[in-house]
Amino acid sequence: MAATLKTLAVDFERALLLLDKQQATSLIAQAMTLGGVQEVIQQLIVQPLTHIGNRWQAGSVALSQVYMSGRICEGLIDDLLPQTTLARRAQPRMAIAVLNDSHALGKRIIYSSLRASGLELQDFGHGVTVDQLVQRTIAQAIDILFVSVLMYPSALSVKAVKQGLGGTRTKVMVGGAPFMLMPDLWRQVDADAFGVNAADALDFINKHTVTQGS
Amino acid sequence: MTSLERVLTTLGHKEPDRVPVFLLLTMHGAKTLGLSIKEYFSNPGHVAEGQLQMLRKFGHDCVYTFYYAAIETEAWGGEVIYRDDGPPNAGAPLISNVSGIRSLVPPRVAESRCLWKVLETTRQVKTEVGNSVPIIGVVMSPFSLPVMQLGFENYLEVIYNHPDLFNDLMAKNEVFCIEWANAQLQAGATAICYFDPVSSPSIIPSDLYHSTGFSVASRTLAQIKGPTATHFASGRCLPSVELLAKTGTAVLGVSALEDLGEVKRVLNGRLSILGNLNGLGMVDWTIAQTREKVREAIAKAAPGGGFILSDNHGEIPYQVKDETLMAIVESVKDFGTYPIVH
Ligand code: B12
Repeated sequence: MAATLKTLAVDFERALLLLDKQQATSLIAQAMTLGGVQEVIQQLIVQPLTHIGNRWQAGSVALSQVYMSGRICEGLIDDLLPQTTLARRAQPRMAIAVLNDSHALGKRIIYSSLRASGLELQDFGHGVTVDQLVQRTIAQAIDILFVSVLMYPSALSVKAVKQGLGGTRTKVMVGGAPFMLMPDLWRQVDADAFGVNAADALDFINKHTVTQGS
Repeated sequence: MTSLERVLTTLGHKEPDRVPVFLLLTMHGAKTLGLSIKEYFSNPGHVAEGQLQMLRKFGHDCVYTFYYAAIETEAWGGEVIYRDDGPPNAGAPLISNVSGIRSLVPPRVAESRCLWKVLETTRQVKTEVGNSVPIIGVVMSPFSLPVMQLGFENYLEVIYNHPDLFNDLMAKNEVFCIEWANAQLQAGATAICYFDPVSSPSIIPSDLYHSTGFSVASRTLAQIKGPTATHFASGRCLPSVELLAKTGTAVLGVSALEDLGEVKRVLNGRLSILGNLNGLGMVDWTIAQTREKVREAIAKAAPGGGFILSDNHGEIPYQVKDETLMAIVESVKDFGTYPIVH
């Protein structure tokens, strides 16, 4: 059977889960003979990464695999889209930060996956205080702010971030363990959305981009 | 029955008078004593007093001498960041470059002021409770400690790409963990809770667990001179449970994401179960919800013994109200008296 982008995508996901970077690289090269860059990114990178993220939530893939596959894809995309921004998608101004906590892995995973999907966003770092986050978000006129936390009290601080951003049009999507274990928490802290993985973040970006344009 | 008799009976997979309940409280003692969390943990007498007061107040079945996870990296020279409304956290990782693993030197327990505090708390509570109530000590597993030693990203790189550094680090952490666990047992702890969430299939796949966290646990637990409970700190266990059951642990801390009935079936009497009320969920539970959650957990896991009711993480958040904690213990008395009636 001749390879199509669909069959290559299945092989690609398998290669990612086995952390086989060499195989992943060669599958991308094959795919590039079958489709354009954006199409390859969408079918070989975005869709398999989304699927892996969803499988993590369902419990059939481990976090280390989500992280390592994001890293592999981030490297591949940097080769596919050299000199970054120009070829990357037109998009809202976005940033990501870890509020209060010093646990950067969740943020790193979302950041890598979004960049691996051809998007550009700023990394505001970890251990960022409420005031710092509000100031930087306003100063940089951020449209979408992704906030990651690990500790419950840090999740509660999102409320103060939203208050500080009152009157701006910044939308805040939150994520991290406390939000996963307390399904209503994101509403309690006035966030605009909650996401489990990069796929949720992508959906939110798409939704927001459409709303902005209409 | 005393609390200890109740617990030992259930660990022998027999039914005691009622289901034992562990309220794994670390910070509520500070509230009770009117201290900040930082002040509370600065003095071993405070923690002993806090634990004993909570034992009297709630009437549950254990004393928990756990301070906070980062106390171990503190002993290795790391920084601890306190806050007023939650557990202290580790500051920046001990080393920023993975090659620094080569020059890490494990601290000696006897020379560490912060670990001494935990041992002193253990001795003080032991003097008070004697053999009536089990005293639960805590260690981070040699396999999970590196998240705080190196940061999570660097650690994953070490696990996947630097086997020599990984082995070097495990050798050092195992020496430390064994000495630390045995010192707590010697100070009066009845059992050691071995926190190993990085081994959870939520974090690493079970085939990788086989060559890493499983081997480390098997070697380490064999040298700890007392009973151990393995806790994945609310990470899932089922995909790796067959291996886990062979590590030599006696008890498994179960996540709220997994079904207690299913875990009980799979374990089939090989290990006892500790769990699995959602600690974060408790923050918002009404009394009626609390009673229902307790009833449900007991119905699923208590028949035949081998079950201790507790939270899913091994630490109840500071924000959980005393009324909720009271309701948990009351509901255990109502629904958990053997024989369990459905
Ligand atoms: C492994 C683990 C540990 C390990 C390592 C932790 C670490 N990173 O430092 C050890 C044993 C050291 C540990 C210790 C502690 N832990 Co711990 N730990 C866990 C566990 C099992 C996994 C955490 C983790 O690192 N996951 C990996 C990261 C990458 O996952 P994640 O942040 O959730 O990110 C994923 C998604 O949420 C999403 N995401 C994240 N951010 C964002 C943002 C956006 C916008 C989007 C869309 C998505 C998104 O992307 C990722 C994957 O796609 C969780 C329980 C759980 N079920 O999650 C508890 C947990 C995080 N621990 C907790 C606590 C309290 C602690 C301690 C404070 C305990 C203590 N008293 O000492 C210490 C603190 C350690 C420290 N660093 O100082 C609590 C925190 C909540 C609370 N109660 O306040 C948790 C949630 C357990 C619980 N059920 O309550 N822990």
